[in-house]
Amino acid sequence: MNRSAIDLWVGIFVAIGFGAILFMALKVGNLMTLDRAAGYRLEASFDNIGGLKLRAAAKAAGVVIGRVEAIRLNPKTYEALVTLRVDNQYQFTRDTIASINTSGLLGEVYVALDAGGDTAMLKDGDRIGKTQSAVVIEKLISQFLFDKAAESGGGGAKK
Amino acid sequence: MSSDVMFGVAHFLRRIGGAVTGSISRLGFASRFLVAIVWHSPQAFRRIHLTIREIYFAGVLSLVIILMSGLFVGMVLSLQGYETLKRYGADEQLGILVALSLVRELGPVMAGLLFASRAGSAITAEIGLMKTTEQLAAMEMMAVDPLARVIAPRFWGGVVSLPLLAALFSAFGIFGGYLVGVRLIGIDDGAFWGQMKAGVDFWPDVTNGIIKSLVFGVAVSLIAVFEGYDAKPTAEGVSTATTRTVVMSSLAILALDFVMTVFMFRGGAQ
Repeated sequence: MNRSAIDLWVGIFVAIGFGAILFMALKVGNLMTLDRAAGYRLEASFDNIGGLKLRAAAKAAGVVIGRVEAIRLNPKTYEALVTLRVDNQYQFTRDTIASINTSGLLGEVYVALDAGGDTAMLKDGDRIGKTQSAVVIEKLISQFLFDKAAESGGGGAKK
Repeated sequence: MSSDVMFGVAHFLRRIGGAVTGSISRLGFASRFLVAIVWHSPQAFRRIHLTIREIYFAGVLSLVIILMSGLFVGMVLSLQGYETLKRYGADEQLGILVALSLVRELGPVMAGLLFASRAGSAITAEIGLMKTTEQLAAMEMMAVDPLARVIAPRFWGGVVSLPLLAALFSAFGIFGGYLVGVRLIGIDDGAFWGQMKAGVDFWPDVTNGIIKSLVFGVAVSLIAVFEGYDAKPTAEGVSTATTRTVVMSSLAILALDFVMTVFMFRGGAQ
């Protein structure tokens, strides 16, 4: 095998090797969509973030518009401080409500942004004022049970 | 009688000690060897066609086995994954399962194991036979450094080839998973690719796979050239060295994979 044929084969090999990496970057992975560099930051504090994780999706009307970049605990208020990285092409009004939702019963936890009717828009680093915490199933059930108990207890006292 | 027993025990202990110090000094020699290879690399890169020739023998000639194995592993993964995911009604998630398994683990590890048996053993046998037939000694006589002329090109050829082969393995595996999942079983095409895209990140999933394959490439290539260079210059010595290359490389790949996985994917995204 002479040298130019070997060069040709090695060239083809290297090219399809990098092609495979490119395929994994573009078609398999999400390198091009919502990369960490692009976008502006929004902050929101929640009483309870439930099972929210880093790099979870931020959605508006079900469309992914950003990702969770950082989760911290505010040591003074004991609230969770969530930093979102939102794509530059989407602007949100000042009275936007951020809530923590779950897609489906066992699905992923994400942050939902519901825009309001304000004309002023949130800028980089702004804090989202109105938030709604994650629903904790155990609390819901215990609340339901207490309500039931209170109902029947009240009924008993009336008799 | 008792002195016989004492002698036997002493002999036994001496053999254990000899095996331990022997393997430790071999490790030291291998480390020194790696430094020597890196030291002689600039000299080897001045004749780059030597390295390109080794990429041809180690990489291009391994393509068929890597691509076919990748295809079949992906297809099996898809079939087995579907059977399990179906129980939870999560069969749309098959794309994520196939892609993450291949990109994170199976691509680098399987490609590394196949590479060790296909190319690593060949490198060891070649260098070992060169040593046995005193070609390496003849080169030194002619003031040609065998490290720069023979060892370093083979080492770098392996280091370059394995990451590319691992990427191809993963890509073909995902394609095989697509063939079985979408074409054969009939999962929705959009869900397969869409879920995959949502679940696989380039950073860190794909890049960690590439880092793993690069580390395996260094390990397998070093073991292959070292075992060849260190082989006893007999026919039996070369065959022992070739076997050792495959065994040691496989063990090194699996152990390094565990260590790197602990660091890379500890507890998922948090």
